[in-house]
Amino acid sequence: MALFESLSERLNHIFSKLTKRGQLTELEIRSAMREVRVALLEADVNLKVVKSFIADVSEKAVGQQVLESLNPAQQVIKIVNDELIALMGPSNAKLEVASNPPTVIMMCGLQGAGKTTMCAKLAIQLKKQGKKPLLAACDIYRPAAIDQLKVVGGKAGAEVFERGTQDPVKTAKEAVAYAKKMGYDTVVIDTAGRLHIDEKLMQELENIAKEVAVTEILLTVDAMTGQDAVNVAETFNTRLNVTGVILTKLDGDTRGGACLSIKAVTGKPIKFVGTGEKLTDLEPFYPDRMASRILGMGDVLSLIEKAQQAVSEQQAKALEKKMRENSFTLSDYLAQFETLKKMGGANAVMSMLPGAGKLGIREGDIDEKKLERIRAIILSMTPKERDNPQIIASSRKRRIALGSGTTVQDVNQLLKQFEQTKELMKRMKSGKGRFRLPF
Amino acid sequence: MSIFGKIKEALKKTKANVSTKMRQLFLKNKIGDAFYEELEEILISSDVSVKTAAAVVEEVKEEAIGNKIKDEGFVTDLLKDILEETLDEAPMPEIKYPCVMMFVGVNGVGKTTTIGKLANYFVREKKSVTVAAADTFRAAAIDQLGIWADRAKVRIVKHEEGSDPSAVVFDAVSSAKARGTDVLLIDTAGRLHVKENLMNELRKMDRVVEREYPEAAFYKFLVLDATTGQNAYSQARVFKDAVSLDGIVLTKLDGTAKGGIVFSLCGELRIPVVYAGVGEKLEDIELFDAEQFVEGFI
Repeated sequence: MALFESLSERLNHIFSKLTKRGQLTELEIRSAMREVRVALLEADVNLKVVKSFIADVSEKAVGQQVLESLNPAQQVIKIVNDELIALMGPSNAKLEVASNPPTVIMMCGLQGAGKTTMCAKLAIQLKKQGKKPLLAACDIYRPAAIDQLKVVGGKAGAEVFERGTQDPVKTAKEAVAYAKKMGYDTVVIDTAGRLHIDEKLMQELENIAKEVAVTEILLTVDAMTGQDAVNVAETFNTRLNVTGVILTKLDGDTRGGACLSIKAVTGKPIKFVGTGEKLTDLEPFYPDRMASRILGMGDVLSLIEKAQQAVSEQQAKALEKKMRENSFTLSDYLAQFETLKKMGGANAVMSMLPGAGKLGIREGDIDEKKLERIRAIILSMTPKERDNPQIIASSRKRRIALGSGTTVQDVNQLLKQFEQTKELMKRMKSGKGRFRLPF
Repeated sequence: MSIFGKIKEALKKTKANVSTKMRQLFLKNKIGDAFYEELEEILISSDVSVKTAAAVVEEVKEEAIGNKIKDEGFVTDLLKDILEETLDEAPMPEIKYPCVMMFVGVNGVGKTTTIGKLANYFVREKKSVTVAAADTFRAAAIDQLGIWADRAKVRIVKHEEGSDPSAVVFDAVSSAKARGTDVLLIDTAGRLHVKENLMNELRKMDRVVEREYPEAAFYKFLVLDATTGQNAYSQARVFKDAVSLDGIVLTKLDGTAKGGIVFSLCGELRIPVVYAGVGEKLEDIELFDAEQFVEGFI
């Protein structure tokens, strides 16, 4: 992902010049937000939405503490990400149920958004919940749209109600009456794709909603939609007061910024996302996944998350203190390996680090086996040996080698490496450098 | 309505939008940094990519400063010229007959509708036309193309739903060859460009035409929904890598979306826009005209 590289690179570059630690300053945030702005625009978030989002988040970020385990760039990204999640959430995949059945769900949206396919996907979902759905074919304009609904409805095992090309409002009414009579508890109305500026067809949707007491009006939007998503969503919502949004075609490589735009202008929950061509490819909406997708920095975000989980602040502080006092022992060394393991191994961490690619370090370059060996050696030492490695004489070395399934040379190498690390830390002792894993 | 009238008409809502913004911009600002920054934003809000918008504005700025231009009209003309030049970076292919045209793209962009309209377009140009229903995947896609074929009064070659699309292409090519058809239009299933197996299926269809009908001109067009945002770039790049695109059909220009992403596709990927879909009726398709598009865009 070129962008992820470049955005995090750029952010890191901005912050590499800063030595002051502690709170985020306005200047830091402003420079970081310039990059976030580009990232959001490249993800198709509407310009107006981007502007107000950035203004909001900047205000919130000023003065916030930089968490011990993060650098300022990561901290800004974390704040942005948290805000994105808050804005797009909460997850709400529940379909309203009418107190007086049948529940009527009307689909709406532009041409080609994926309404007809979505009708069948919803039918499967409803059936899984023990419901009895009926699909109503009210797209009388697109050639063969009714046939298409019949085919996908058939695959979903749902009956399709159709009246050919008769007035869709009438068909919808008849479908609901038929559902009542036949004991269907949910009616999903497929409608023709239409431009939001098509007055006649927008009127038609209003009429259906008026005539059949609709429970849910779901706006179906292609996840690849660009800047125009705001106009589309705003118009449909103003005209019809939609109750929720479905995002389709998320199985592509679109960043899906339209999602944020739509949520921002309508305030309506995103209920489902379409994630494939199979009729079972329907998922609830996960705001956190969407946020990292829009930011295009999923890898950095998961690293931030893992770092937070693995190294608690206190742990980090204690280690830093030890480094300063130069009382760092093999036990601490071991603790670092455990942390790394929790984060998914050294290779996983390296691959997640922006810039690792540029340094020529690729996943697999770090010998995980070697790290495992080091861990085994330390584990074969007594606590006393770990804290005072100078007492490890040749007989102890033989015992440790035997216990860890290694050789005396391996033990020697580790002890030497440990001394070098300590030496390195002594030089960093001034306290300016923040704690880092020594490899 | 004139040939180009429709593109312009279709873009009228866009025009009101951008030119109003431009006018406000000129009223509000002297031509300085703030002015250029806003100009860039106007382009971005029409789906021009951040990169292309920056490059275009930079060029406007340089020219304007070099020529000491401070006048609104000049800057607008300058912007139009630069945008038009960007589109001209990718020259339109010359259409020769007999030819095969294959239409590819992601789901829901309007491939089948485009073929229906183009069938009619070529019939009106006094060409003999056959359409091939090689979208054997989407439910009722074959029926949909059949209805369009009836409307345009052209022949259709089709198999059963779920059959091998390359076999449909093979039959259609044999039939077009035998009858000396001027234009063979091939419909393909919508596929997301990230699905490698589906892209391979497309490569296979591509090879069948190349192998079976080398004497015909062969054009591959990406059908692109004007509502699409920056993902269009990824779509165009991947489809181009897979089957070497000859052009783009830009659809749904009658909405409020601007289709600004095509500037990057022409400028950077060198794929020309060849046809434009401007409505839902059979005759709502036009040969793309860069000058008219830019005129409508600004």
